[in-house]
Amino acid sequence: MCQVEEEYSGPLEKTSLPTVSKKCMKCKESTAVLIIRVGDAFCRDCFREYFVHKFRAMLGKNRVIFPGEKVLLAVSGGPASSSMLTQVQEGLSRDAPKKLRFAPGIIYIDEGGACDQNAEEREKTLSQMEAIFRKTGFPYHIVSLEQVFSLPNSVLEPVSCGPERPGSSYKAAVDQYLQQKEVNQRQGQLATEEAQDAVAHLSVQASQVSPEHKQALEKLFSSLKTLTARQDMLQTLRQHLILHTARLNGYSKVMMGDSCTRLAIRLLSNISLGRGASLAVDTGFSDPRYGDVVIVRPMRDYSSKEIAFYNRLFGVRSLFISGLGTKTSNKASIQQLTESFVIKLQADFPSTVSTIYRTSEKLHTACPPQTSGAVAADKCLLCLCAVCNKAGKSQHQHYHFYYKHFVDAASASHASLISERLSRGELGMEAKIDPASCCPSGTLDPFSCQREGQGCGEGGSCTAARAPAPADLKSLLCYSCRLTVEDMAAEDTLPPYITSEAEKRWNSMSRLRANPAAPFTRAESQNNRIDTEAHTWAPRCRDKGR
Amino acid sequence: MPVQCSSCACSRAVLKRPKTGHSLCKGCFFWAFEEETHRTITSARLFDRGETVAIGASGGKDSTVLAYVLKVLNERYDYGLNLLLLSVDEGITGYRDHSLEAVKTNQQQYDLPLKIVSYEELYGWTMDAIVKQVGVKNNCTFCGVFRRQALDRGAVMLNVDKICTGHNADDVAETVLMNVLRGDVARLNRCTAVSTAGGGSDGVVPRCKPLKYAYEKEIVLYAYFKKLHYFSTECVYSPNAYRGHARTFLKDLEAVRPSAIADVIHSGENLSLKEGVKMPVQGTCSRCGYISSQALCKSCVLLEGLNRGLPKLGIGKHHRLHGRILARQPLTPVEEEKMKTLEF
Repeated sequence: MCQVEEEYSGPLEKTSLPTVSKKCMKCKESTAVLIIRVGDAFCRDCFREYFVHKFRAMLGKNRVIFPGEKVLLAVSGGPASSSMLTQVQEGLSRDAPKKLRFAPGIIYIDEGGACDQNAEEREKTLSQMEAIFRKTGFPYHIVSLEQVFSLPNSVLEPVSCGPERPGSSYKAAVDQYLQQKEVNQRQGQLATEEAQDAVAHLSVQASQVSPEHKQALEKLFSSLKTLTARQDMLQTLRQHLILHTARLNGYSKVMMGDSCTRLAIRLLSNISLGRGASLAVDTGFSDPRYGDVVIVRPMRDYSSKEIAFYNRLFGVRSLFISGLGTKTSNKASIQQLTESFVIKLQADFPSTVSTIYRTSEKLHTACPPQTSGAVAADKCLLCLCAVCNKAGKSQHQHYHFYYKHFVDAASASHASLISERLSRGELGMEAKIDPASCCPSGTLDPFSCQREGQGCGEGGSCTAARAPAPADLKSLLCYSCRLTVEDMAAEDTLPPYITSEAEKRWNSMSRLRANPAAPFTRAESQNNRIDTEAHTWAPRCRDKGR
Repeated sequence: MPVQCSSCACSRAVLKRPKTGHSLCKGCFFWAFEEETHRTITSARLFDRGETVAIGASGGKDSTVLAYVLKVLNERYDYGLNLLLLSVDEGITGYRDHSLEAVKTNQQQYDLPLKIVSYEELYGWTMDAIVKQVGVKNNCTFCGVFRRQALDRGAVMLNVDKICTGHNADDVAETVLMNVLRGDVARLNRCTAVSTAGGGSDGVVPRCKPLKYAYEKEIVLYAYFKKLHYFSTECVYSPNAYRGHARTFLKDLEAVRPSAIADVIHSGENLSLKEGVKMPVQGTCSRCGYISSQALCKSCVLLEGLNRGLPKLGIGKHHRLHGRILARQPLTPVEEEKMKTLEF
């Protein structure tokens, strides 16, 4: 009933409930020790095989990680990322039958500053995490969230993709790597390699956190009024930090430990936050929006139950680190609410998480193509997703004086804006003008709004007293990042790299706008007309306006 | 200290708008609500001049407000439309018979012609009889499929150009969430459209939702302040519907962030599917000629199941059996047994 492609249930015979004393369904010899999904009983060894095989299959099927590549593992200390770390370790160890072939590094972000932890707790957590990382032998980077205040602007600049690597060249790359390795071995360079490995084991630690940065972080998070906005901002800052560390140290891939359950929750909460356009990259296997660094999610096939069982049976060490959402009520934020909803629904309808997962696989991101001519204005400043609405649903594009680009007139974002303006009395009862225009001056030419007085500032009733000169951050953001920033009490508490990049883009857009000959967005050049003859019946005063 | 209306700033505010949180006086609220509906209609070009439009009226708050607002806007902005009310009687005692009384009152108050079509005359089954056969778990499927066809049949009988329904923002958002939870990507692609494609082929009248961006709470406030008469009880069979879960979730979301409903609709509008995802192709039913993506339309399959005493025939996959049903061949005892199981 709850699924579209539901089969008939079998005839009502007495079905035996799967109990743990049954035999393993795979090898049919040993006793089962656990049950995953609805009725699959596994013994310990078969489960281990199943788990490890899924990880390899996920990497092998998607072929995005090339041999010899440097890959950054984002470990938060939680069960899923610790499990991922173990899988990578096992995969790289010499005695594995088909060795994984890439060079891993670890990154851990210390978010204690945002979650109001005191210095001792942070120290304790850090030392525990370091102990875990040292045992793995991979180079690790411990970055604290406060370092966000010393990031350069380049983090936000869109970078075009690296050279295309189609599937056929994957095989060639693997063969080449194997040949190289053989040659190295023969020439006795193995010893040098080991020495190099040892040197790489040195930890790369962040410098001590400066008190100004600490204060700035506290100010930032206290200026965000709702927990939803805080969690969203934390997620954005985390992504930027990881991206920057990867770029700085030459990593071209980042592995995140998001499990199936976590991704299903993220899909639903992103829908509720308004991030419909970027669902595919936020929850898919690979996230190519940053261009040179690709984010992959190899754990996306595992439910959190499987991960928990594996960690327990095979002794994977994970830490519980309290975050922004710890000890808050179920309904404190949209993300918390979605999590409790999905978990509760999963108890009644066991296929919920896997159905949502399959839905996310069928989605695709309507991002503007990453051509070299792509204008920066097309992408959101914070999350690097498409800013313009999907065109074509109503063939009636509106130049939005506030968002500064074209929006579909028959869309939810436009309707919300109309509601705002009506509630503020900006479209009064006497202004029964041609409904195609959302500008009270009655003219439909988008540029006349601008020329008349710097962004309708002089229009008076157009906007809520927006000063012409400083950058309007909100017009550079996508729908949902705008909602987050609207929840901020003071925009200047944002880290300097965001505000200076916003200034830069705003200024370049203003320069383009001042020169009307040059189209400043691709959408504008295609849809330059505003429908003057929009409607087939006439409101009474249509002839007066023009 | 009394709060002033944020729109006109001259009269006292009497309500707080659920959508934006602004405090408004009665007159400004009415103006805002009606103007938003007008913008939805004009920007999506829902109607053309001189068309006959049937309003799907159930007697509930959404259709009552829709009928009222359309009538007002038709006069104020001179749409030139010919409006009438179309109602469907499913045969649910204690629910539908009362709501039909409300529709009849609407007809008198707004002076619009009314037509009632019933399941009994169209299919030969009332919902009460269906529930006796099917049980309480899957009955909403029957009601929904039959009602859609009943609306279309009624519209063809009355010779109208368009049907409009009172679906509000909450309904559309719930549908988006429900389709994600059920994995129905085909519907996910279409459910946020403000009007269905159509016109031309027999039996298909295009349908639209003028109240698509109006919150349910605002509709209630509008009806309350305008003192409109409507029927407000839940369908007796609704507590077991899957939609209830999506509805509770949406209400909780709205409590956390009031703009969440509009955000969900925005996400739904901007979803796009990968190419190569299998989508159903529109054709016609070989038995009744109604539109269908399979050989037999869903209501024919459901009716067949009811008439043959196989209540689960329409629930779940049955494509392989379509051919046999069309040829009126008997089914094997095993298959019959499968489809007789009831769930109460």
